[in-house]
Amino acid sequence: MFLTPVVPHWPFQNMDTMFVRGLKRKCFDGEEDIEGTLAGIKAIPSYNLQRQSLLDMSLVKLQLCHMLVEPNLCRSVLIANTVRQIQEEMTQDGTWQMINTQSTGQASLDRLVSTDILCRSSRDQAEGKHVPAYGTFNKDFESDQAQDSSETMSTASSVQAPRNLQSNVWEMENPQENKGNFQKSLDQIFETLENKSPNSVEDLFSEVDNSYYDLDTMLTGMMSNTKMGHCDNLETFSTPTNTASNSNCKSDLNDLDHIVEILVES
Amino acid sequence: MEGESICEVDSGDGLGADIISTVEFNHTGELLATGDKGGRVVIFQREPESKNEPYNQGEYNVYSTFQSHEPEFDYLKSLEIEEKINKIKWLPQQNAAHSLLSTNDKTIKLWKITERDKRPEGYNLKDEEGKLKDLSTVTSLQVPVLKPMDLMVEVTPRRIFANGHTYHVNSISVNSDCETYMSADDLRINLWHLAITDRSFNIVDIKPANMEDLTEVITASEFHPHHCNLFVYSSSKGSLRLCDMRASALCDKHSKLYEEPEDPSNRSFFSEIISSVSDVKFSHSGRYMLTRDYLTVKVWDLNMETKPVETYQVHDYLRSKLCSLYENDCIFDKFECAWNGSDSVIMTGAYNNFFRMFDRNTKRDVTLEASRESSKPRAILKPRRVCVGGKRRKDDISVDSLDFTKKILHTAWHPTENIIAIAATNNLYIFQDKVNSEMH
Repeated sequence: MFLTPVVPHWPFQNMDTMFVRGLKRKCFDGEEDIEGTLAGIKAIPSYNLQRQSLLDMSLVKLQLCHMLVEPNLCRSVLIANTVRQIQEEMTQDGTWQMINTQSTGQASLDRLVSTDILCRSSRDQAEGKHVPAYGTFNKDFESDQAQDSSETMSTASSVQAPRNLQSNVWEMENPQENKGNFQKSLDQIFETLENKSPNSVEDLFSEVDNSYYDLDTMLTGMMSNTKMGHCDNLETFSTPTNTASNSNCKSDLNDLDHIVEILVES
Repeated sequence: MEGESICEVDSGDGLGADIISTVEFNHTGELLATGDKGGRVVIFQREPESKNEPYNQGEYNVYSTFQSHEPEFDYLKSLEIEEKINKIKWLPQQNAAHSLLSTNDKTIKLWKITERDKRPEGYNLKDEEGKLKDLSTVTSLQVPVLKPMDLMVEVTPRRIFANGHTYHVNSISVNSDCETYMSADDLRINLWHLAITDRSFNIVDIKPANMEDLTEVITASEFHPHHCNLFVYSSSKGSLRLCDMRASALCDKHSKLYEEPEDPSNRSFFSEIISSVSDVKFSHSGRYMLTRDYLTVKVWDLNMETKPVETYQVHDYLRSKLCSLYENDCIFDKFECAWNGSDSVIMTGAYNNFFRMFDRNTKRDVTLEASRESSKPRAILKPRRVCVGGKRRKDDISVDSLDFTKKILHTAWHPTENIIAIAATNNLYIFQDKVNSEMH
């Protein structure tokens, strides 16, 4: 299902039900043998992925707040609170700072898949750029007022921990090797979203659309597969998103330069 | 309650500037003001009942139209200031003129509406066209006489209350003292005197020292209808704060905090968003408050802070669709709510041009639709039903076919009679309860 601006579809059928039932996902405990039970495998990745896409959606919304008219502060605050909630939960889970090392189970592969979707286009642009993404987010609030221009942009305390990691991440030579790192993916998202020009909103949205679509496919695929064909699922993703992202990459880089110019000047 | 359609006004060009953004009856119900996205105010007047034409009684016709606010550009922030009228509030009538306050995001204006239906004729020095007469032709003196003329409604801006708000004004409320009023934006509430425009008092300020710590905003506020020292404001976290201006100059500390604890079984990432209060209204009696959040309307007793005394589900079938509604931003829609004159029935809007009414005494509720097809003049409104699955009756609408672009955000109830005004995008519908109106 594709997203259209006017008539709402219900592409998030699974997500809607998931969030409504307040599905108690199993506490992710490294010692637990989650690969043992099929139910366990189904429950945890689905919830995490859906939570991740909710987070992505929220970040996109915050970014798209920049319009000609001042953004609605109430809406921004509510979305920001949602983002914080998700981040807090992810921090408690341990998924926030999880680094993919030993475990090769389904759970880690899911993170791999999700970061793959999200990072595919952003990775190329993201090399070596340390941008205070959350600072920009805070700037949304601060742009509302002239007299508080003396306030400096600083990162919110709730994301202090992952931000510290970010600098480590950026120093890594080959980001490809750190695929399973959720925190890195989040920062890349922040950075991608931050650097996207408003004109390429459609591009941004179309990329996001594809990944949601693929999430749906993946989720359906996972629910019905008795045998975990991880690689098969991965293949499903790589084909549609890859071409889209490659073609967008170059134009995005040009937009990126343009935007950086504008930001620097202002 | 059965509804009968009295009239429907369609501004017609559908360009978006005529999307109605607020609706308000005056204190007698004789006048109905609407504000739109283009900064215009249209005032309707009720035709007086006449025995000659009993079927025309109660119709509202256009009385006056004027441009209240113009689009502005804030050069400092490089942002446009929308001319959309966020709220209109009538002042109690103190003489022949009517006055109202209208506000956009930043500026509140006081407008005076006067009628002129006579003009003097028979001047000595001027002729009928206003040209000076040749004095030699004047042979006698006459006293000018007032002669009737076609009614002219004049609207003049009497006060402009500008530069009081950094954030977007969401509410205005006239105090029962008829001298002061308050205006609330996302983070602050100011108290103004109606005659003084260069000064206002800040009475609530919830702006944190560090904007990164901002987690809650003010969503609506209102003065108590009888106690001029009391007012209430609602927040995006679903709480209500009753403040007493006698307590201190800055009412950051509430006198009472009304909050319902969260239902843990319904907890989700959207819990906070759907608990955000979009509107708060005191009852006419002053004893209760009505609040609207995304899925419910709640009646609160001023004396009980722990939970509402009544909760009504407006469209609970949307609970399972919250993620999609978040995605298309509908979850941020701000619906208003209204009391009837006797505080026995409450009303609020929903999607698909539906609006809902709840009778507090009989506990019955009804869903009605504001649409052209069902609202020919004097047509009886048919109750609608949304089916969630399971048995589906004829004429039921399924949840998945609801039109979320057709939302009824703004509704108003006549202060004494069973007449309601419903704003459906750029159309205004006025419905009257036929049965009850015949009884008086």
